[in-house]
This record gives sequence, structure tokens and C-alpha cells, in this order.
Amino acid sequence: MYRAFLIKYSEIGIKGKNRYLFEDALCHNINIALSNVEGDFVVSKEQGRIYIEVKSETYDYDDAVDTLKRVFGIAAICPVILLDSKEWDVICAEAVKHVGERYEDRNFTFKVEAKRGDKSYPYTSPEIGMHLGAVLIDAYPELKVDVYNPSVRVTVEIRKMTYIYSESIKGPGGMPVGTSGKAMLLLSGGIDSPVAGYMISKRGVKLEAVYFHAPPYTSERAKKKVITLAKLIAKYTGSFKLHIINFTDIQMAIYEKCPHDELTIIMRRYMMRIAEKLAYESDCYGLITGESIGQVASQTMQSLNCTNDVCTLPVYRPLIAFDKQDIVEISQKIDTFETSILPFEDCCTIFVAKHPVTKPDVKIIRKSETKLEDVIDDMLATAYETDEIIEITV
Amino acid sequence: MKAYFDNAATTKVMPEVCSVMMSVMTEDYGNPSSKHTKGMDAEQYIEDARNIIANTLKCESKNIIFTSGGTEANNQALIGAAYAARRSGKHIVTTAYEHASVAEPLIFLENEGYEITYVPVTPDGHVEPAVIAEAVREDTTIVSVMLVNNEIGAINDIEAISKVIKEVNPSVLLHVDAIQAYGKLPINPKKFGADMLTASAHKLHGPKGAGFLYKADHVKLLPYIYGGGQEKGMRSGTENVPAIAGFGVAAAVMYKNMQENDLHMRHIKQIIIDGILTVEGSYINANPEKSADIGAPHIISISFEGVKSEVLLHALASEGIYVSSGSACSSNHPGLSGTLKAIGVSSKLIDSTIRISLCRDNTEEEALYLIEKIKKHVPVLRKFRSY
Repeated sequence: MYRAFLIKYSEIGIKGKNRYLFEDALCHNINIALSNVEGDFVVSKEQGRIYIEVKSETYDYDDAVDTLKRVFGIAAICPVILLDSKEWDVICAEAVKHVGERYEDRNFTFKVEAKRGDKSYPYTSPEIGMHLGAVLIDAYPELKVDVYNPSVRVTVEIRKMTYIYSESIKGPGGMPVGTSGKAMLLLSGGIDSPVAGYMISKRGVKLEAVYFHAPPYTSERAKKKVITLAKLIAKYTGSFKLHIINFTDIQMAIYEKCPHDELTIIMRRYMMRIAEKLAYESDCYGLITGESIGQVASQTMQSLNCTNDVCTLPVYRPLIAFDKQDIVEISQKIDTFETSILPFEDCCTIFVAKHPVTKPDVKIIRKSETKLEDVIDDMLATAYETDEIIEITV
Repeated sequence: MKAYFDNAATTKVMPEVCSVMMSVMTEDYGNPSSKHTKGMDAEQYIEDARNIIANTLKCESKNIIFTSGGTEANNQALIGAAYAARRSGKHIVTTAYEHASVAEPLIFLENEGYEITYVPVTPDGHVEPAVIAEAVREDTTIVSVMLVNNEIGAINDIEAISKVIKEVNPSVLLHVDAIQAYGKLPINPKKFGADMLTASAHKLHGPKGAGFLYKADHVKLLPYIYGGGQEKGMRSGTENVPAIAGFGVAAAVMYKNMQENDLHMRHIKQIIIDGILTVEGSYINANPEKSADIGAPHIISISFEGVKSEVLLHALASEGIYVSSGSACSSNHPGLSGTLKAIGVSSKLIDSTIRISLCRDNTEEEALYLIEKIKKHVPVLRKFRSY
């Protein structure tokens, strides 16, 4: 049974003097993620690597691996056989047992890689490799050695204890959440915005999110769906705050006072304004949207120009050049798709004009918005006052 | 103030039912199949419920099969009878506005090689006996017609339908979905000429999780749940004793007070109809007389021109009033309501239709409160219409 995991990370290695910050963040995030897995785990940094040691008698291996596969910053997860002993015979016996148990069909090429932290050990690293390789071939004659391009690398590290591993499970990559600052995600109930949040978070960005609720035009079920989506992405991004902003009055005012074909654009401009104010208040360095060029009328280049017009913070649009099918594939991979397609209307769809403008002119849109001057400030103030904050936890 | 007007979706469980269920769950919790006295005590609850229900239907208790609810009862009736009669024919006749728990098993049978004929309904929501008789052939094995439609409350003349279809083909079996009718109307399967008839406990202040299938002696059914052979082998699986016991109590109470409840609900129904018709652009469906005496006592279907029903539903919910848009069982389907389409409501109004459904507990105050809030919200929602 694997009693430990070696965590490999890629980009952290090149972060120079800040490296310890990234490593500490990764250890912290691993600890939090594993707190929901059955078993006791101790995460430690040792000589430029992260180890997770299992302290309990039993633990849920599959769940542990699945959980680690969602922690950004992990390049690979190696399940490790941990030995208290450095006795050569013990190491050989365990290595033989491991290869026998792990690989049913042993018709593959392999190489033994040895690392010796303990320099007083009687064999040098190349010697360990050579001798252990011979032992494995004796045990399983179907194995073939290939030192240049092996299918399996059986690794033995002799440090304070002995570590044997041969498997490397691909992690999600990216950078540890929390090492790149924070950004405000405009989250709807659709397919795109959860994927956008996931993608930016993968670059180490901590999330905060805002959802625009328009009762009675959007149902409580629609709101519940957004909270469910937030919980699903929190499995990757870690816990975050979700703001629920009541948008009904603003939407009504736009509907009443502005041209109907500009409704969606103006509505989105107010969403961006509100999101940006919340972002500034909680030290976010940008906004995140799920927009993709040309997907709908409000996402043409001209429309994006109009919505971008009201923001001073950078707006991160990770899906900007993605086709819908590619976005769907990611949403299926991160398990948000099934929830996203539940049929509850959100406020972007309920008032959509039959023929919305597809090439809005920013000057005209600005002018249309002046019709709201008398009422909008009070309405915005009310929206901020009634902001409902939900803590989304993993 | 709160007002629950979604009683065709489900009802509040009555206190008498809660109390018998509590006793079954905490004291007489034995398995009816156990040979000891604890098992016999549990079995007694089921037999009592069976007798009560048989009395309400004026039939023998042996004709009642308990199921997990109305959907299962309809599935068992249709699939079970279709399979049992497959050597005599594979043709089934039904109507264009059956509930999903009838329509979907029939689609399953269609995929299994059966042929289904759907007969149209009249604009006032009925099936014409002559029209249905025309669809019956020599190889027709089942005719399935609902007694009360769940969306508009129209009542079908089952007796007349039975008479004409059996003149065409005496061996045809008549299945009646009485889920919206049981507990509200007198039901006598023998008098109706119904061979199978189904009901569900939670529509009459009983619990969710119990229903029955009435099956006349001559009806052959292939069971589709196999196991310990409960319900004479027709429905294996340990009986849901608390729910069945509760069903019995609910049925007894509802049939004892049926007339009184009927008068009360029709009184409330008339208040609502009259009040709502003062709202401009409102239409009562399947009720040209605009009278509470038409149809079932508890269902009102209303369309408001230019208002999206789902939005009105949420607006009313924010006032503590609960209604449904179309039928709650199918409102998760993006497709439009089958019933409203079948009776010829225009597609613009289908999306603007709510169902108000009553029970014995609704009061005049609640009805007035409902009217007040509809009058408040409909004009606002109409102003902000999607187009």
C-alpha cells in the first residue's frame, strides 16, 4: 500500500527567490484539499520537493488522488512506497513486490533511477540502479531494460527513509491558487463563465464572484443553480465569496427608458460597473468573464468594445478565442456541464430583444444611458446595500 | 400571508394521516411478510387500508394493488396489460392530453413495437366517446383515458366511453387515470366500466410514496417488479406500510367529507374565477360558462395575455402564493403543455397560463389575497414583456 505521495511541480521551480512563497501556497492548498479526504495526511517540504505522508492506518486512495488532481500547481502525483529501512535486501524485496503488484502485464521496458541523499550508503546511485535492475530482471524475465527511453521508471530514493515509486499521475498543472492575486468573476448559470473562472484560477488567481439575480424574472432555482456551479468550481479554485446582486430594478429601468435593441448591451455595462466596484472593494486586480468573440450579439467585437468601455480594471476573457464545443469539453471535464444546462432562465436571456444590435456604437450607447441619469444612482446604491454574500466552501 | 394553491401538484398531509404513520413507524414497524405478530400487526394496517379504499370504489379489496404512487400504477397497468395481451394485439388507444405517467410508458411500448393511436380532445377539454370508439379496432387491447385532466380539470364521461368502445371490441381493456379525481369525485369502476384505475395518496392529503392500481378480476397483467411476491406477486418489494396506512386514512376522511369539500372548493373556485376575470386580457381555459360547477372542483386554468407564466409564478411566490405554470410534473420540460395545445389554446397563451388548484383547506381570504396580488402583478409584468 502506498504510504506517501511525492508531488512534482513545474513552474514553481523557476520562480527564483519567490519560490518558497509558491511552495508554501501549494502545501497550504494541498492541506485544505485533503482535509475532506478520509485519512490523516502530513504535507512537508523537503529539499525542493513536497511529500504527503499518510499517518492513518487506512485512507481513501482513490479520493486522495482525485482530490490532488484538482489542486492547481501540481504537475504530477507519484504514489510512493515508504520504507523505514535502508537495508538493501528489504529495498530489493519491496521493489520486486511493487512491480509485481502494480503491473499485471510486465512486457515493457524499464529503467531503475536511484537518488542517494544519504551519501554514507554503501552503493553509489549508478550502482543501486544497476543492481536493482538486475534483481527485477531476475524476478520478472519478461522485463526489458532501456536506459534511454523506458516506459516505466522505477525510482528509488534513499534519504532518511527509502522511497520507491514508478508511477506518475498527471496533475492539473498551473500555479497554486493565491499566488497571483484575486479577480472578480461574473458568474451566470451558463456554460462559459464557470469555465472562465476555472481557467483564470488555474494561473494561481484567487476568485471572488458576482451573480446578477432578477426576481421574479429569474427563479430561486436559477440562483440555486449558480450556487451549485460555484461549489463545483470551488473544488478547483478553493473557497470564495459569491455576491448575489438584485438587478431587477436596474433592468426594469433600462427596459423602460432605453431602446429595446440596446437593452442587453446597456445591461451588461451596468453589470461590469457593479462587478468593478465590488472588485475594487475586495482588492481584486481584474474582472473575469466567459465572453467569446461572436458567440452572441452581446459578444461581437463592437459589443465587447461597448462593455469594456465602462471598466478601468483589466477584463480577463480566457475563452475569447474558443469555439463553443471546446468550452463544452472543458465544462464536461470539470463537471459543470450537467448543471449549466439545467433549464432555468437567467437575466441575460429573459428580456432579449428579437433583433438586438450586433454592432453597437459606443457613443450612441453612452447617449442612451443618459436617459437613466435620474434614477440609476439610487438604484445602484440599493443594489450594493442588498448585496447578499454567500461563502462558497469546498 | 401564505396561500398554497398548488394542490393538484401535491397536498399537505392531514394530521390524522401523520398520526397513523407515526404509530406505524415507531411502534408497528414490522415487516408484513414476517411470520411473528409484529409482522401481522403491520400487515393489518395494509389490509385495513385496502378495505377502506375498496369501499370507496365499491369494489372488492382483492382488486386493489398498492404501488409506490400514481406513476408506478399507470406504468404497471399499461405495460403489464400490454404485455399480457400481446398475443391478441398490439394496438392501444389514448388521448392527446394524458399525463406523462401515461404518455411516456406508451412511448416506451411504441418503441417495443406497439401501435398507439392518439385521439383529439374538444376545445372544452373532453374526449368524445364516439371519436374514441372510431379509433378502436379488432386488435386494440387497451384504451387509456384520464378521468380528470390535471391541467384544466375537465372531467371525462368514462361510463359513456366504456360503453361505446366495448360495443366495437368487447375484449378491449379500459384504463382510467383517476389520480386527480380520487378523493374528489365518486368513483365506481364497475359502474364506469373501467377495467383498471389508478390513484395516488399525496393528491388527497396523504403521503408521497403510495398509490394503487384497481384491477378487475378478468384483467391479466404481467408484473414488472419481481422479488418477494408481495401484493399477490403483482408488486414485489416490502410494502411501504406507513404510507399505505396513511393512504387508507386519507381516503376514508376525504370520502366521508366529499360533498362538503366539493361545495367549499367550488365556492372558492367561483370567487377566484370571478375575481380574475375582472383583470383585462385574462381567459379561463376549458370553461366557456365561467362557472365553478364545470369540471373538477379544484382545478382552474387561466391565461393572462402578454404575461410569461413562469415570471408570474415567481412574482406570486414572492408574495407567499404558490401556483403552477402548466403542470408541475412537466414544467421542467422545455416543450409546451400537451393539454393546452390539445384543447387548442394558442401557443402565445400557453406560455402565459397558470394553474390554480384548491383543496379543502383554502379559504375565502386566501382567494381574495390571490386576486389582489394577481391584480397587482399582471399589469407590471405585462409592461415589461419580452418580445
